[in-house]
Amino acid sequence: MYDVIVVGGGVIGGLILRELTKYNLRVCLVEKANDVCMGQSKANSGIVHAGYDAKTGTQKAKFNLLGNRMMEKVAQELGVKYSNIGSLVVAFSEEECSALQTLKERGEKNGVSGLRILDREELHRMEENISSEAVAALYAPTGGIVCPYSLTVAAVGNAMDNGADLHLLFEVEKIEKTENGLTVSAKDGRALQGKTLVNCAGIKSGEIAAMVGDEINVNGRKGEYILLDRESGGFVKHTLFFAPTEKGKGILISPTVDGNVLLGPTAEEVDDGNTETSGAGIETVMEKARKMCKNVPFFNTITSFAGTRAYAAEHDFILRESERTEGVFHCAGIESPGLTAAPAIAEHVVKNLLSTRLKLEKNKNFSPYRKADYFFKDLSREEKNELIKKDPSYGKIVCRCEGITEGEIRRAVRENPPALDTDAVKRRTRAGMGRCQGGFCQSQVMEIIAQERGVALEEVTKKGKNSYIIRGRTK
Amino acid sequence: MKNSYEIVVIGGGPAGLAAAIAAYDNGAKSVLVLEREEGLGGILNQCIHNGFGLARFKESLSGPEYAERFIAELKKREIEVLTGTTVLSVSPEKTVVALNAENGEFSVQAKAVILAMGCRERSKGALNIAGTRPAGLFSAGAAQKFVNIKGYMPGQKVVILGSGDIGLIMARRMTLEGAKVLAVFDIMPYSSGLKRNVVQCLEDFGIPLYLNHTIVKIEGEERVSAIVAAEVDENRKPIAGTEKRFECDTVLFSVGLIPENELSKSAGVPLSPLTKGAIVYQNRETLVSGVFACGNVLQVHDLVDFVSEEAEIAGKAAAEYVRFGESEKEPIDCVNGGGVSYVLPQKIDKRAQGKIKLFFRVRERAENCSIVVRCGEEEIARRKKRVVAPGEMETFILTEEQIKKAVKEITVSLEK
Repeated sequence: MYDVIVVGGGVIGGLILRELTKYNLRVCLVEKANDVCMGQSKANSGIVHAGYDAKTGTQKAKFNLLGNRMMEKVAQELGVKYSNIGSLVVAFSEEECSALQTLKERGEKNGVSGLRILDREELHRMEENISSEAVAALYAPTGGIVCPYSLTVAAVGNAMDNGADLHLLFEVEKIEKTENGLTVSAKDGRALQGKTLVNCAGIKSGEIAAMVGDEINVNGRKGEYILLDRESGGFVKHTLFFAPTEKGKGILISPTVDGNVLLGPTAEEVDDGNTETSGAGIETVMEKARKMCKNVPFFNTITSFAGTRAYAAEHDFILRESERTEGVFHCAGIESPGLTAAPAIAEHVVKNLLSTRLKLEKNKNFSPYRKADYFFKDLSREEKNELIKKDPSYGKIVCRCEGITEGEIRRAVRENPPALDTDAVKRRTRAGMGRCQGGFCQSQVMEIIAQERGVALEEVTKKGKNSYIIRGRTK
Repeated sequence: MKNSYEIVVIGGGPAGLAAAIAAYDNGAKSVLVLEREEGLGGILNQCIHNGFGLARFKESLSGPEYAERFIAELKKREIEVLTGTTVLSVSPEKTVVALNAENGEFSVQAKAVILAMGCRERSKGALNIAGTRPAGLFSAGAAQKFVNIKGYMPGQKVVILGSGDIGLIMARRMTLEGAKVLAVFDIMPYSSGLKRNVVQCLEDFGIPLYLNHTIVKIEGEERVSAIVAAEVDENRKPIAGTEKRFECDTVLFSVGLIPENELSKSAGVPLSPLTKGAIVYQNRETLVSGVFACGNVLQVHDLVDFVSEEAEIAGKAAAEYVRFGESEKEPIDCVNGGGVSYVLPQKIDKRAQGKIKLFFRVRERAENCSIVVRCGEEEIARRKKRVVAPGEMETFILTEEQIKKAVKEITVSLEK
């Protein structure tokens, strides 16, 4: 019998799970995919928003600001790359300049510090590649970037190191009230008992809510992105947003914590978790990027991808207990700025919501630290050689584009949460994330996974289930 | 291993092997070859088809056989080799930083460095193809490694985008292994591969080649289940209404090779935007004194025979650099004119001895045309060609006399 069953292995579920392990509770996470972080936390902009966007008084405004203030510490504890690069909302006309003023006032009301309007000259000094049409910008020094999938993986890993369980490929089909709690059943017949449940199922959170008799309308919006090679790193220095206009929001251009440049997202309504890219979507991203910056180095494109953002009809975060089933809590409609808000949401859900149904007693053995997810290439020569002496597999580069060693890949397969497929290795180590997109190293990564897990090479998949990479021997 | 060497060769593929041998034979006393794989030979090891060595040895060898000839020669000489060793950086002062399991991270100082890292395949990601991102999408070279080195099949129902040589070779290879190759698409109106490969790998097996076609969509959530191909117009944009759907479980991409110049950049070597490789003199010295480049890291060759030939030029020049020191040069530029996409070398040192073989590629297929070399406005050489194509590298030899007389930029163009 678990005290809490968290449904959904995204950044919200991951951070709630970690928050729960700070107390003496038996907790687990169930996730329908072969790895955590397979939904919207895998493919979003990775922005730590300052907090001027959300309407004052909303849950979004509150948790954005709180999360922004918590992110640096959380990232540091979990060994996740975070960078406080600041953001710029760029105006291209007089009308947009007044929108900047409105944003600044709203931000100040929300409690955002340091907001400042930059004139043309200062803006162009701060961003040399910005379009000559740009006339002003709102500068938010507290804006930042974080890697959303590293954060999710690290949060779940840290929670597991502190005693939480992870059940992968557990697709929830039924939630039944029992005498002393709940029975949560998966499509494959597995069942778990829990006293309480937290629904963090993202695009599926409406379906989970329906299983306990609640009605939450969750819809999806697809966003397409283009990712540029690290060779174009430094093309922009801050996260650049378009000023909001009646025509809606434009895309953003931002450095990533790994030194790439990210362009996107588009916004298209979708019914499900559809993440197909489209020719039109990619065209839109390119067109808007050309409006924001001059000479955008599209020739350095590594890949394009899409992610889905789940939102609720009221466009605010839904954080509450079920109306029908006691002990079930919903975290739904966590769209932007959900990543920023995640650490604050996690704290709120545990301390203010779950505490009404569970006794929270501090776990004295809780360690907030996850061994920093260091990259071998960032170590000093002494540190590298020390590591190689202990484990020679750190002396062998497997991913030549990103400089990732065999040792790092083996570690990703062994440590919590274990990487079971090649995409999972990629999210943890960046092997296959570079410009050749795994062309050179995929077979080696597969061999390492097969060895570590003691399975045949044919059983290693790209992303679980039927995503097999090779099939059978040659003649 | 020592702390310093006269010459450090980066890469133990065909270019590095030939360069190291030539450097040694021209008087270099200490030569070190650094190779990241566990064995020498580079990409030749997975090229088990034949056709290698026709120009050099007048016989048709497989890739491993071709490599073996050079490895055997190398072993006869006192050349040091470190395999399983990845070079992390090269400084303009020619300090080479490398990593392996035995020595950890270490530095060696070279008097001359020969860059022979080869090239990599352009990835599917760079193409922005719409649709899903399932398993079953491979670069042709990655699929070749699975089949020829690892002994595994990537899949059974295959389509191939790009009719470059690796794509063509893999169409045949997959067919011989029992897979069904449904189609090969090329966005261009011609194949960028060698004519002999189009005939021997597609036509002989009845595999259809769709020119002026590209893949516009990928379907399948976990494993690829189908692709949609469409015809393109003269601007290479898909034409609506021409879409054809192919059910398949595997897509191979053979969409171009890019010289792998990360290390060249760390050494401060200026690159050509046309070749994506270093700008070099005829002796394959880059614009950084004592740093040489050869093979596919410099320009993507069609035939390994020419890689070996180019590497020998670089190896000899590096040995001379070590023996005689930096040479004073009198450079003139060598550039591409109409109808030609690039010329190599980009710089000609007028003081150097001997004739020069210029390498270049034409932009489009043409028949009954002429290659014309000019010095400024003045025509200095001309040769008739029955047929030229971008997929076949062209050469042109300039005599020492022609070079000595040159006072202005040399231009190579194609005239119809």
